Amino acid sequence: MNIEKNTEKQRLNFWEKIYLPEIARGLGMTFVEMFKPKVTRQYPEEVWNPTGSYRGRPVLVLEEDGERCVACGLCSRVCPALAIEVAAGETEKTKERYPIKFEINMLRCIYCGFCEEVCPEEAIVMSKDYDLVFEKQEDAILDKDQLLIPMAQLQDRLEFLRQYRR
Amino acid sequence: MPQIIIDGQRIEAAAGKTIIEAALDNGINIPHFCWHPSLSVAGNCRMCLVNVGSIRRAADGSIEHDADGNVMVNYMPKMQIGCATPVADGMVVDTQSHKTESAQNAVMEFLLINHPLDCPICDEAGQCKLQEYSFEHSKGKSRFDEQKVHKPKRVELGPQIMFDGERCISCSRCIRFADEIAKQPAITFVQRGDKVTIENFPGTTFDSPYSMNVIDICPVGALTSKDFRFKTRVWEMSFNDSICTGCSRGCNTKVGVRDNTIMRIEPRTNMHVNEYWMCDHGRLTQYDFVNENRVSEPMIRNSAGQLVKADWNDAYAAAAELLRSVKHQEIMVIGSSKSSNEDNYLLAKFAKSVLKTNNIDFVRHFNEEFGDSFLRTRDMSPNAHGAMESGIAHHAQHGTSIDHLADKISQGFIKALYVMDEDIALIPKIASVLDKVQVLIVHTHNATATAEKAHVVFASSTYAESEGTYTNVTKRVQHFTPAIVTKENERYMGMKMSRWDKFGAFNDRWTQGERRNSRMSWRIVQGVANAMNAQWQYKDSESVFEEMTHHVDGFKGMSYELLDEYGGMIMGRIGTPESKGVVYESHYFKPQVS
Ligand code: SF4
Ligand code: SF4
Ligand code: SF4
Ligand code: SF4
Ligand code: FES
Repeated sequence: MNIEKNTEKQRLNFWEKIYLPEIARGLGMTFVEMFKPKVTRQYPEEVWNPTGSYRGRPVLVLEEDGERCVACGLCSRVCPALAIEVAAGETEKTKERYPIKFEINMLRCIYCGFCEEVCPEEAIVMSKDYDLVFEKQEDAILDKDQLLIPMAQLQDRLEFLRQYRR
Repeated sequence: MPQIIIDGQRIEAAAGKTIIEAALDNGINIPHFCWHPSLSVAGNCRMCLVNVGSIRRAADGSIEHDADGNVMVNYMPKMQIGCATPVADGMVVDTQSHKTESAQNAVMEFLLINHPLDCPICDEAGQCKLQEYSFEHSKGKSRFDEQKVHKPKRVELGPQIMFDGERCISCSRCIRFADEIAKQPAITFVQRGDKVTIENFPGTTFDSPYSMNVIDICPVGALTSKDFRFKTRVWEMSFNDSICTGCSRGCNTKVGVRDNTIMRIEPRTNMHVNEYWMCDHGRLTQYDFVNENRVSEPMIRNSAGQLVKADWNDAYAAAAELLRSVKHQEIMVIGSSKSSNEDNYLLAKFAKSVLKTNNIDFVRHFNEEFGDSFLRTRDMSPNAHGAMESGIAHHAQHGTSIDHLADKISQGFIKALYVMDEDIALIPKIASVLDKVQVLIVHTHNATATAEKAHVVFASSTYAESEGTYTNVTKRVQHFTPAIVTKENERYMGMKMSRWDKFGAFNDRWTQGERRNSRMSWRIVQGVANAMNAQWQYKDSESVFEEMTHHVDGFKGMSYELLDEYGGMIMGRIGTPESKGVVYESHYFKPQVS
């Protein structure tokens, strides 16, 4: 074995060995910090509101006459984590398809935003919602009702996409 | 034979072939929409434009070379369509040059001018020729900023077919199919120019028994199946090779499965059986009984007279005990023209060597009205020839036939019935005496009237869950593979799976389609036989078939491998199998599932 010996410089000197001055130095630092401005946020009492560029959980855009999604399944195809499952049905509207079933498994989702990027209808967008707590695995699979969010609440993200999406 | 040069490759082409055919025979695919190998040539889409010329010769007949030593070619001033230009000796065709490419780009741009580009809601997406060629041969940008022409959408052309005028590229494949193959000229172009669309002739509807084939050959999503519309995207299905069990033609099919449920069935090219087609009956009726109303566990009738779920081995033992309680010649074994050769062979062997009975037969399913001069046959079961060849045949002198079964039961000669995959309670004469039978052992896919009366019910796998062979009306033996997962075939090697099936975990909802506890009928027969001390040890369908090739004349010399290679082989003509030839499919799935 090749054990390296500490050099003289690396060894603790006398003052370090007796330890007390270092404690005093630490206490001093704490004392000084007490008078500086606080940066810690009292989460969850104090909630942080991210900007439009934030990628929280993906949600479906809900317009007055229902969802924008046409159940094309592209988000499901592109999702690297296979988090999305879509099943389509026929409607009387001009866009003939709509999702009978739309589920995102939040335990699979990695918040990459590919689904938002691929969607031809701008129907799935990344929201600001980062506060996700589940007690059971099944609860983490969000269905259409939990995913649909009125368009008004998603203005920041839609505006962000308008400006920065190429 | 004329020799031609395509893209620098010298090929021999039979005289009279067109450029596109000669190229396809040699593995070169020229982009095309309107051409289809079994339809007349329309030459209207112009997608197959290629540069055609001949080798330049000097006055003395010698071949001229340019400064770099390349052969010089006199190209025609205008490009030719590959689908309508016959080959000629010394012809030079180029499908790759800048000129050809720019023609393809121009045709694509033209076709896309009025195309709605609604791939996200179109069922063809993922297998669409227009999509595929847009990807390969177009600029990706439209220069057309005028209003697109609007045409009728959601038009019913027939009971099964929905037409979308805006997506149609007017290739006329569907019209030619209706005229030439379905022989029901019920649809035609109306209007002209960019207003052209398709309508029924007044007072007609396209309801031919083969109508749904136009959905497959339509190169775009203009024709959709009312039965399938929007059920799922094509890339979300796992497609496995199967055989239609609707009649004794045995059309080759692909079975599309999602969430362990059959979504649709479509034809697979086999030039010796069904060419590119299948009938609507096959498409529409051959999945319901697989998806629904299934018996998915073995069951034994308990002392209270109720059928209760049981373990496989208990069910085998119960069946064995019941069969031992009657005399050999009091047992009747009923095979099935709907089950595979393997199932029937082992059942026949079981009857002869274990049960030692001569009473063996199967139910025939004839329907004169169903048969026609194209694909459909009057025998509505897929494997009558195979069942007979495998030994499920009633012996004229000894043994009971199906026709006499009811009498023999009421006279008390037959006391036990072993029924494989057949709902004999549908035969009124037999149904009326079924209560007199002491022992009724049934293999069944569905909860049938026969199963309701049985003492032991074995859950048997349908064709879509099994591997095996069928023998069709022309005595062609064809191999089929499972498309649906059961507990038995969970680890079947070589099953094609979609991305979702491959990577889904147990807690993903889409993987939670029922995995039934059913078994292939031959395996059930082996179980009962072994419970009666037979000691058979067949591992898989192939090992049963292997044995058949030694013991049954019709199957001599066959193997699953050879059957796959030749697209099936005819019994008694093993020495001269027909080659599969070049297989043309009207669409491929993109991205390809593997
Ligand atoms: S954000 Fe990414 S991982 Fe999450 S659902 Fe969308 S594509 Fe899938
Ligand atoms: S990509 Fe958009 S339109 Fe398509 S299924 Fe997903 S959310 Fe719906
Ligand atoms: S409906 Fe389809 S097959 Fe018929 S002409 Fe139009 S594009 Fe061709
Ligand atoms: S002709 Fe017979 S085998 Fe072919 S698809 Fe129709 S029912 Fe099935
Ligand atoms: S394929 Fe030749 S013109 Fe259409």
